[in-house]
Amino acid sequence: MAQAAGISQHGKGAPARLARRFVFLLASLLAVSFVIFAVMAAVPGDPAEIMLGTSAAPDTLAALRHQLGLDQPFLLRYLDWLFGVLTGDLGNSYTYSTPVAVLIGERLAVTLPLAGLAILLSLAISVPLGVLAAARPNGPIDLLAALFAQIGIAVPNFWIGLLLILGVALTFGWFPAGGFPGWEAGFLPALNALVLPAIALAIPQAAVLTRVTRTAVIELIGEDFVRTARAKGATPAYALWRHVVPNALIPVVTMLGLQISVLIAGTVLVENVFALPGMGTLAYSALAQRDLIVVQNVALFFAALVMGLNFAVDALYAVIDPRLRR
Amino acid sequence: MMLEIEGLTVGFKTRKGREEVLHGIDLSLSQGETLGVIGESGSGKSMLALATIGLLPRGASPSGSIRLFGDDLLLLSERQMSAIRGAKIGMIFQEPMTALNPAMTVGSQIAEALHLHREISRSQARGEALRLMEMVRIARAPDRLNSYPHELSGGERQRVGIAIALALKPALLIADEPTTALDVTVQAEILDILDQLVRQLGIGLMLISHDFGVIARMADRVTVMQAGRVMETGTTEGVIRRPQHAYTRKLLSSLPRRVRAGLGDPS
Amino acid sequence: MRRLPLSLLVGGAITALFVAAAILSRFWTPVDPTAINIPSRLKPPGPGGLLGADHFGRDEASMIMAGAWTSLSIAFSGVFIGGICGTALGTAAAALRGRFEAVVMRVNDVIFAFPPVLSALLLAAVLGGGPITTITAIALFMVPVFARVTRGAALQIAARDYILAARMAGKSGIRITVEHVIPNIAAQIIVQFAIQTGLAILTEAGLSFLGLGVSPPTPSWGRMLAEAQTYLSAAPHMALAPGLAISLAVLGLNLLGDGLGEMTDPRRRSSR
Repeated sequence: MAQAAGISQHGKGAPARLARRFVFLLASLLAVSFVIFAVMAAVPGDPAEIMLGTSAAPDTLAALRHQLGLDQPFLLRYLDWLFGVLTGDLGNSYTYSTPVAVLIGERLAVTLPLAGLAILLSLAISVPLGVLAAARPNGPIDLLAALFAQIGIAVPNFWIGLLLILGVALTFGWFPAGGFPGWEAGFLPALNALVLPAIALAIPQAAVLTRVTRTAVIELIGEDFVRTARAKGATPAYALWRHVVPNALIPVVTMLGLQISVLIAGTVLVENVFALPGMGTLAYSALAQRDLIVVQNVALFFAALVMGLNFAVDALYAVIDPRLRR
Repeated sequence: MMLEIEGLTVGFKTRKGREEVLHGIDLSLSQGETLGVIGESGSGKSMLALATIGLLPRGASPSGSIRLFGDDLLLLSERQMSAIRGAKIGMIFQEPMTALNPAMTVGSQIAEALHLHREISRSQARGEALRLMEMVRIARAPDRLNSYPHELSGGERQRVGIAIALALKPALLIADEPTTALDVTVQAEILDILDQLVRQLGIGLMLISHDFGVIARMADRVTVMQAGRVMETGTTEGVIRRPQHAYTRKLLSSLPRRVRAGLGDPS
Repeated sequence: MRRLPLSLLVGGAITALFVAAAILSRFWTPVDPTAINIPSRLKPPGPGGLLGADHFGRDEASMIMAGAWTSLSIAFSGVFIGGICGTALGTAAAALRGRFEAVVMRVNDVIFAFPPVLSALLLAAVLGGGPITTITAIALFMVPVFARVTRGAALQIAARDYILAARMAGKSGIRITVEHVIPNIAAQIIVQFAIQTGLAILTEAGLSFLGLGVSPPTPSWGRMLAEAQTYLSAAPHMALAPGLAISLAVLGLNLLGDGLGEMTDPRRRSSR
């Protein structure tokens, strides 16, 4: 059978592509870890003194210095830390007197669901809005979407949080004005505490994604395969939702990937507003307390979180775009 | 008479005012007959096809009448037209490379044509899709059911297009330049399949092309179009042997002499 | 007379308003923004003050004006510094290609993983808080942003025929870059500048909110919001003004950027 033009040249395959991306992920993470370590090592002054205060007893200072391995050369300390990261031993936080690994685990149990909920909400808002806006360009929904897009990206997410607390929590009391009861208190109460923060995070995201969705749909509506679907007997609505939208999701997911780091950064602010015990507040309080061990590890974790989520988004492509699968 | 088009005029709202692309087209097609529509680019032949199936671009305003089994299609609502498209009228387009949804398997796209008009189970539709793929002579059809369009060649994609268009055995099939975008060796095969199926299923075919060779091969009658108007209509043999209109003569004269002789042109 | 895009006019007007307020605040505000006035504390908007007073009795309106200077000067500095570096880097990458370009792009990707808020946190550990940290964090993030934009634009230009002609005429690479490439990508750079300054204002506000921005008593919109949270139910007006100021300023800059983009888009020009 003749090898005519059009047969896919994506013979390299998705698995190989993903593997390469994963290796790059690890390499980047390694580079980032080095940078973080170097930055932390550059903190002026004696870390032990910084953490315990200058009035601490010399013996205590010496003991802490030894514990931190400060008497060892730079590279050795770096490798030591890396080894610890890989084995799960991240040292102890002196502020909380808990192993850092445990601390981070507890905090991730808040930040990850929060980020996930925010992503879901942003898609739930932006995709329908963008599709409906594109279905009737310059119509009322399109105008609304344009307005939403412009305002949504201009408004600070932590201010949205404050407004939500003011307007919803304090006025109606459906959601708490802050705090997190913990997952042990039950799935629904815990989720309830995440709703308003997730909305605050989701709105700027949704604003960006609405525009992307609208553009993608408008471009796709004119494509030939949509005409084929109509020629089969598909109504305009059917063609829109069953043919255009699944293809439009590809650029939407692309943009979502690009926004991941912005989203994670947003959790720092929003967690602060709602007093959620997440990674963001951990980073912030560790900084305030000069708990350098925690700061260092949390920074690495943030990087890993962002890169990991980016990688997950990349893997998602293989699911939504069959051309990338084989 | 299955299809009767009378006084079809299609105009567009442009920035400069109103632009007319079809001027009072008259055309007819009987069941089981193949009508060739020939013209150069800009003749309006594609617009004619789109107007018949009701897929004119936005901003287009058609007038006149397009009667299919007596019903004027131009008077029908969008919902009514959606019921007719696929079931009573099928269409094949020029560009097979972009005619299929890249995110759906070809099998499911063929099955979809069935699901849109009939209450049919998924496995039944799948079985029917397989049968249709074999009907258009796609090699290794059972494997290909789950293939995505980008894994198929241009010729194979066009066959899928044919399978989709014929899935419900429509009375009228419109083929807009079905082989123009294909390699020469593949063109003959596609035309063969089309010819055979149309005869076998007794389908009325409106075959649009700029190529007299294609028309001569398959059409019983031919309509010549230029700049949105019908110049001449008649039996294929008649028009080729005794062209009445200057434009037709011009079209024919641009063919190499040997081809013309093969078509029966005595000049 | 060409019709200017609406977004440009509205955005330009809003931005001009804020810039004017910021500059004016250096010479005059209704009341000294740092002046504590306990008898007036938590007063809602009224005859005494256009936007009310905060928990120390400070005049909100004056603080907003002074805060405009803080936000705009920090945001602008950060974007400017990072933008210049990023533009140079991106243009160089497009010109030199090869290994240099690859390395630059990879480093960019790594920096992209660290949005300003996060890198500011890390930097704050080393440098402490304050405007310098904020500016550094913003500038750092601007480098890959501008590098990416200029590289893309420069590559597009470089592929065009008149560059080839200039090369054949014997012009040196640097001359070509300065005379041909930069003027053509200048429009895109300016558009990015406007948009990124808007985002930088959000960053500065966020960092100030966390307490990592300018220290008191210098007014800052972000810190005003942080203070407002404690008095959210008692004095909601404290939370409204700074938030609106931030949103409007960013909106103005975004619209300005969009308008400039529309005006200089070659597709738009060719449709005439």
